[in-house]
Amino acid sequence: MRQTSVAARQTGKVNMILPLIILAVCSGIIFLSGCHGRDGEADGRQDLIVFNYGDYIDRETIEMFEKETGIHVRYEEYLTPEDMYTKYSSGVIDYDLICSSDYMIQKMMLEGHLLPLDQSRMTSYGNIDPRYLELCRAFDPENKYAVPYLWGTLGILYNNKMVTDQVDSWEILWNPRYKNQIIMQNSMRDAFLVPLKWKGCSVNTRNKRELKEAQKLLMDQKPLVEAYLVDEIRDAMIAGDAAMAVTYSGDATEAMDANEDLSYVVPKEGSNVWFDCWAVPDCCRHKKEAEQFIDFMNRKETAEMNFDYIYYGTPNKAVYEDLDEETRSDETIFPPEEILSQCEVYEYLGTETDRYYTRLWKELKAK
Amino acid sequence: MTDNRRLWSGPYIIWSAGFILLPLLMVIYYGMTNGDGSFTWDNLAAFADPIHYRAFINSVVIAFGSTLFCLLLAYPLALILGRRKGKNTDILIMIFIIPMWINFLLRILALQMILSNTGILNALLEFLGLAPVHLMYSRTAIMIGMVYDYLPFMILPIYNAIRKIDQDVIEAAGDLGADGLTILTRIILPLSVPGVISGIIMVFIPSISEFVVADILGGSKILLYGNVIDQEFNLSSNWNLGSGLSIVLMLFIFASMAIMNKTGSGEEDMVSW
Repeated sequence: MRQTSVAARQTGKVNMILPLIILAVCSGIIFLSGCHGRDGEADGRQDLIVFNYGDYIDRETIEMFEKETGIHVRYEEYLTPEDMYTKYSSGVIDYDLICSSDYMIQKMMLEGHLLPLDQSRMTSYGNIDPRYLELCRAFDPENKYAVPYLWGTLGILYNNKMVTDQVDSWEILWNPRYKNQIIMQNSMRDAFLVPLKWKGCSVNTRNKRELKEAQKLLMDQKPLVEAYLVDEIRDAMIAGDAAMAVTYSGDATEAMDANEDLSYVVPKEGSNVWFDCWAVPDCCRHKKEAEQFIDFMNRKETAEMNFDYIYYGTPNKAVYEDLDEETRSDETIFPPEEILSQCEVYEYLGTETDRYYTRLWKELKAK
Repeated sequence: MTDNRRLWSGPYIIWSAGFILLPLLMVIYYGMTNGDGSFTWDNLAAFADPIHYRAFINSVVIAFGSTLFCLLLAYPLALILGRRKGKNTDILIMIFIIPMWINFLLRILALQMILSNTGILNALLEFLGLAPVHLMYSRTAIMIGMVYDYLPFMILPIYNAIRKIDQDVIEAAGDLGADGLTILTRIILPLSVPGVISGIIMVFIPSISEFVVADILGGSKILLYGNVIDQEFNLSSNWNLGSGLSIVLMLFIFASMAIMNKTGSGEEDMVSW
């Protein structure tokens, strides 16, 4: 009796395995054929899917856009450009418009994943200061794929009460006096920028010897480092948990608003100037609407709303010219010309250097 | 009868196909191929890379430590609660379950606020006139986080196992002259082994693949095996290597579960978890 029931259960099991495998294979095919196979606008989807960094737009501007155009926007957010790229390449969602950082835009452009934009359709494209378009040519040589949204720098945010030395060079991040009081960026390129710029190398160097030396300096620095963080830096600096941190100008501005002991400086050796840009990926189904969205965000009123909300540097000439003197002379978001000229835009370094970088980064973290 | 049963199992078949079997097959596919899609062992062999196996050792040490601490903290508590008579016991057990209602990430972020240099703990120490401690961003902080997170998973199965022990058995032992210590070591302890094993499995397995706690409380200074896999997927976009390393971890977990189950198989049935 008992044995027959066991046998029955086992044949039952076999019978269940086959449909299980078929189901798995079928859903696998559906999953893998997600984004890249189909070409546009075949389905009836009306939503414009926009993919941006977290908390990186004044939501009201989206509502205004929806009201004016009647286009419904599905707004999605991500944390790091790498997260964005992973989600994009999985192909689960066909994003119509993305906003991401320069080097990631370049990587996607070089891989052929971006569609060229039709600027003639954008009535407010002229609001963008040509000077910033010029800088953007470092990663988008003909300004064909990317429209700059906001820009900023990487620098040192420090607490005046805890740092007694003058902060004007990256060198201070190796000062043993600040052991366990230094917060570094937990992102590869930003971390390597520090020793590279300090020693006068380009942030876009592909020279393995220079990169190895930079890694050695970071290894020497590790015992002094309190933590490698990204988003938590702002709160940690506001709370006074550390004396100094390598951070973005935008985060620095917010932290300085909350704690008046904090100051931000772009070191004299120069740094990175970064651009977050709008771009249209190849899985886009509503290119025209996506361009309409970009154009809407370039208008003076909306660009001003987003500038006020995020308080990063704006490439929008119309907005800049309308700012009061105090905001314009705020060196945190608009650094002085002589320092800005020392700053470089990140370029995508190619697969080989990329691999070497991640290898060095892993070695640093494993130490 | 059989048809009816099959109908009921439909949702579970879809569930296990889509969320267990398919992901597993994909991990195996990616792990056994290189970028061009041709077969290779390289991703599995990459475990021998010093960076990878050292991170693995880090993970094992931390997972082992937090399992041990959970066990040391949970057993006496489960014993007290399990042997306790009276109706308030349920409320007491509830108190230990309530933290599980809150998302574990939020709990870790709360711990961060307690442990940080200018956090609640140091404010308290300062108030008491004691020297501040530097706990945040260290191995200790990671361990505290994991023990805090996984403790309920250790308490519950042990509590259930002890609860199930027949009162008559204990009374019989007492009647036959066993003292309290003998009852504990020769009756309760052996009979609660299945619960202990369930608890160990439920704490050790999530701990060994942990990476978020290491990022938040360890300040990304200590590289755990989970971090390596996370980095391969999210930073290097090398899904093949990430999957290969995941397979090694899965094999390790299977092996350790087999060993654990063998240890426990002398006992009656496992406490369900």
